Amino acid sequence: MRSSVNFLLGDEPRELTDIDPTMTVLRYLREVEGRVGSKEGCAEGDCGACTVVLAEVQGDALTYRAVNACIQFVPTLEGKQLLTVEDLKASDGALHPVQQSMVDNHGSQCGFCTPGFVMSLHALYQQGGAQDRLEIDNALAGNLCRCTGYGPIVAAARAMTDYDAPAEGDMPVAEVIAHLKGLQEGDGVSLEWRGRKYFAPRSLEALAAIYKHHTEANILAGGTDIGLWVTKQHRRLQTVIYIGDVAELDTLEVVDGVLQIGAGVTYERALETICEHFPEFGEVMRRIGSTQIRNAGTIGGNVANGSPIGDSPPVLIALGARLVLRCGPDVREMALEDFFVDYGKQDRQPGEFVERIDVPLAAPDVMFRSYKISKRFDQDITAALGAFAVTLDDSGNVASARICFGGMAATPKRATATEAALLGQPWTEETMQAAAEHMATDYAPLTDMRASADYRMKVSKNLLTKFWLETTDETLESRLVGVAVNG
Amino acid sequence: MDDVVAADPKPANIRGAVGTSRIHDSAAKHVAGEAVYIDDIPLPQNCLHMIAGMSERAHAKILKLDVSQVRTAPGVALVLIAEDLPGVNDISPTGTKDEPVLATGKVHFHGQPLFAVAADTIDLARAAAKKAVVEYEDLEPLVTVDAALAAGETVLPTEVLTCGDPAGKLESAPHRRQGKVRLGGQEHFYLEGHISLALPQEDGDVLVHCSTQHPSEVQHNVAHVLGRPNNAVTVEVRRMGGGFGGKETQGAQWAALAAVTAVKTGRPAKFCLDRDDDMIMTGKRHDFIADYDVGYDDDGRIVGLDVMLAARCGFSADLSGAIADRAMFHIDNGYFLGDLKVTSHRNRTNTVSNCAFRGFGGPQGMVVIERIIDDIARTLQKDALDVRKINLYGDEGRNVTPYQMTVEDNELPEMIAMLEQSSDYVARQKEIADYNANSRILKRGIAMTPVKFGISFTTTFLNQAGALIHLYTDGSVYLNHGGTEMGQGLFLKVAQVVAQEFSIDIDNIKISATNTSKVPNTSATAASSGSDMNGMAAQAAARTLKDRLTGFACAHYGVTANEVVFAANKVQVGDKTFTFAEIVNQAYLNRVQLSATGFYKTPKIHYDRETFSGRPFLYFAYGVAVSEVKIDTLTGETRTTRVDILHDVGSSLNPAIDEGQVEGGFIQGMGWLTSEELVYADDGRLLTHAPSTYKIPACADRPEEFNLKLWPKGRNREETIHRSKAVGEPPLMLAISVHHAIAEAVGSVGAPGHIVALDAPATPECVLDAVDRAKSSVAKKTVRGAQ
Repeated sequence: MRSSVNFLLGDEPRELTDIDPTMTVLRYLREVEGRVGSKEGCAEGDCGACTVVLAEVQGDALTYRAVNACIQFVPTLEGKQLLTVEDLKASDGALHPVQQSMVDNHGSQCGFCTPGFVMSLHALYQQGGAQDRLEIDNALAGNLCRCTGYGPIVAAARAMTDYDAPAEGDMPVAEVIAHLKGLQEGDGVSLEWRGRKYFAPRSLEALAAIYKHHTEANILAGGTDIGLWVTKQHRRLQTVIYIGDVAELDTLEVVDGVLQIGAGVTYERALETICEHFPEFGEVMRRIGSTQIRNAGTIGGNVANGSPIGDSPPVLIALGARLVLRCGPDVREMALEDFFVDYGKQDRQPGEFVERIDVPLAAPDVMFRSYKISKRFDQDITAALGAFAVTLDDSGNVASARICFGGMAATPKRATATEAALLGQPWTEETMQAAAEHMATDYAPLTDMRASADYRMKVSKNLLTKFWLETTDETLESRLVGVAVNG
Repeated sequence: MDDVVAADPKPANIRGAVGTSRIHDSAAKHVAGEAVYIDDIPLPQNCLHMIAGMSERAHAKILKLDVSQVRTAPGVALVLIAEDLPGVNDISPTGTKDEPVLATGKVHFHGQPLFAVAADTIDLARAAAKKAVVEYEDLEPLVTVDAALAAGETVLPTEVLTCGDPAGKLESAPHRRQGKVRLGGQEHFYLEGHISLALPQEDGDVLVHCSTQHPSEVQHNVAHVLGRPNNAVTVEVRRMGGGFGGKETQGAQWAALAAVTAVKTGRPAKFCLDRDDDMIMTGKRHDFIADYDVGYDDDGRIVGLDVMLAARCGFSADLSGAIADRAMFHIDNGYFLGDLKVTSHRNRTNTVSNCAFRGFGGPQGMVVIERIIDDIARTLQKDALDVRKINLYGDEGRNVTPYQMTVEDNELPEMIAMLEQSSDYVARQKEIADYNANSRILKRGIAMTPVKFGISFTTTFLNQAGALIHLYTDGSVYLNHGGTEMGQGLFLKVAQVVAQEFSIDIDNIKISATNTSKVPNTSATAASSGSDMNGMAAQAAARTLKDRLTGFACAHYGVTANEVVFAANKVQVGDKTFTFAEIVNQAYLNRVQLSATGFYKTPKIHYDRETFSGRPFLYFAYGVAVSEVKIDTLTGETRTTRVDILHDVGSSLNPAIDEGQVEGGFIQGMGWLTSEELVYADDGRLLTHAPSTYKIPACADRPEEFNLKLWPKGRNREETIHRSKAVGEPPLMLAISVHHAIAEAVGSVGAPGHIVALDAPATPECVLDAVDRAKSSVAKKTVRGAQ
């Protein structure tokens, strides 16, 4: 394994050997490179002032994704091109269309969030731009602006593709691709810095072997959780194993009626496939975090970190997902709900890691809905999330029911008493109301800064009502955001 | 960058004339990452990085503060405790002497700085700070306003404004109602947190780059803490990454600690608060409780009112006195209230000391009266807009405020009529009622609310400003004034005023950082007064110079003053034409002074705080908004779908900048009243101290349809700078319409006459509670609702 980190900073190759493996990209840019255009607004991936764009080779082209530099560790740049706000101007000083559109539409006031917005818009621009309100909102959900009220920025987003395309930079795209492809040779990265270690293997076998040897290690995928251990809790991580370069963990395919999601698959990469098979889950996935978070975070990480909230675990549990764990060469499988033992405790052995999540494609007759409740629609941590999967038999009685909530207990947890109260009963308002009372048996939620226990309980019952209404009245308008799929 | 010419252009063939929608002077730098904020200044050699050691109790005696281990920790250059400060350990802005830089004896809120560490890196400073040993003796903390109210704890004496015979009027009123409203506070969430970089100078002086709206106050406070005269300290601020009032007083602490460190060590010192530390250690908008008792007639006209306002001031006074005063001054909003009594408690809590925030108490006062109007409309089952209209200020007999100022410039009746029509208010109201009758889960609501906001500092002496202009021999202009730039476009507006005055392209004018050594003793850039005051001061300086140039031209060329005309980058002198640069250079060669200061003090204002009467404001700024929302009655979630705004900025100096202020202010107000919730634990810890838990509006929260118009007839009746009006704060309060639209939607599931009593912020939880109260007011209760 190579003992240096290699990437392109704009057009310039970088080879780092003496680097703190958990130094954030933002600190690196500001303190080492003196590139101070990217700002720190929160150091937790919530405000987007630090947004940078990563270009990666996919096939024979580059894909561009916006990420939060504040929670991304420098060694994860390996094999990528890092683009910052300093890279956008042409060599003659002309502003990039994204920048010019922001200027012309009065898109900046205090200007502190602006570089981040520019980079999010730049990623959108590279993807062809957008006119649709929802697409623009999605692209900008991870960028907070406190001055403009967003209107001028949305206008800039719409207008940016009207400008003449920028001249190609000093390093043409073909050259970037060739350079990055060259970096992908070899079997990964292994760093040691002041007694601390970092591994980025490229194969599943190597990952399993390294982790078995370093059971003390923290497995790093998108860093949307672990990044905050460093920036917020100021923890020093002794050994880190990055799984983002393991090819086998990037699997996303349907095999025998089961959607297999590799542990390294980001939310964003999974989004289209999930929307296709589980539109309701797709909406939860869209709202799980901003584009920057979805571009980095993984469903595998969302499961493995054992958050009591989720957001994907409760949905996956309701869908009957199974978890594939690996330890060295040994593989075992379990129902996802069995993985969550207690708060902060999962059924995972030392050296064992999440390899894959298997989601059975839903039968056409399953009524499935999921609802995320939070103070703000986008980029907010859930107060309560309910996922419901119910089938009826030929006579209209409940044949099966899987209900799972996040935010209601120490782990994502099924509402077994409520489910039992539904089984065999006709799918009527009375059944649903009677079953809802069992929520109080299933859950004893907490009061915290997101919501009170009372609200959590009340809204959980109401979500069952909503589920029932949506599945019994096809004309019902019931959603403020996203699209309800009736039937 | 071509200028878009406003509807009513000023005749001047120059770039950047007054009234044109010139783009923000820093825009091209903002988008390229080239605009320099303090954290971006290349680090001086040996720079120290600072962090505060914070109290872990909300209220306690400090039995022991042992920082010996901190002092010896790796990389630590200096540790400061209160006793180490050379001068005064106080940064209270109004002389209340209740706000220590570092706590002594007692701690008064969870997170209060006990000591400061300066080390070679921020990581070393942070690690060192953990080594302090602190022992406390716990005292009972007052965490909520209710608790402070019950305990009678205040930071300043309670004030009472009485007008006429409210008790008698309440007794004899045809209708009477009591109610209570609770309003949350608000975190500023400027994207750039507080930061100071102190550079040691010779003789023990110090230069501080500080992100502050009030460089002069920071200068004076730093000098006091250093025990040095003001002239030993220079404070400079080029720009802030947002301020919103949060940087009016709150920057002094970090500036002082960095300055003391720089002076003591001879090394530069940077104090940069990270987001959590900033949210924990710096003040916020005051949350309020209000109790009201209102009497009204059959038409909904208010005849008597008794209001109690209780504000969370936190542990010290800061600006709470003036903020609570402004809440009292805005209890009328745009309405003639007649006989009333307003009691204002300034409650002491064991939480961070609250401070200025866009609107400065005005929003809280307005929310209360708008809630009262809403209650009246509901009890009488009248349309709230009708009740609003009938209570508006009017002619003789209904045009005097509770503080005895005559409203001479009331634009509201006409503005309301115009917006009612352009927003199609009546037809939409009907359509919404139909929708609600047929929609089981989702309900919609629409509401219109007005804003009348008083412009001037209510502390009269603050209404003064200074400017400094140099003309160089090549005709380029250097502009400086006491106002600070926080994104609001003040620097640009003032430069436009100067460009207009000299009739030269704005490109010739160098905008420069605010600096206490250039213009002294300035007031905060606050109270929306920035362009009003600094624009006038700069105009005065420019006129002085123009008069000198004219005088020179008259003497030199033997013409009369009216034969010297500055127009479109040229100066016409009799039958000769010179460029501006030529005439400036000629003046220089003839020994004419080419540097001038300008000064402005707001006229007409006077105010007697003892009797709460006078003319505290030069004029009022007005606005009206119609908001429409959709709510989910099963979850309490809400969404603002359409907003129509008509806002009065007088004769705009820069319509694009002003529209940006209106739109941004509105969304910020919407956040305050909907998703932004500050939550304190029972022990006084702030639980929402980062954007992961504190939710300001995101892009998708912007209403789908946003129709914004500046009041076409806007022209300040007072002689303000080019007849413009202040715009910083007033638009925030337009968002009260969102809150009322939500209340309307909630009310649609209630029985006729049901009082919705929606508090703020209207989070999903708050709204669902209101929905459930409304539902239970209806006798017929089924899940499907009234079909």
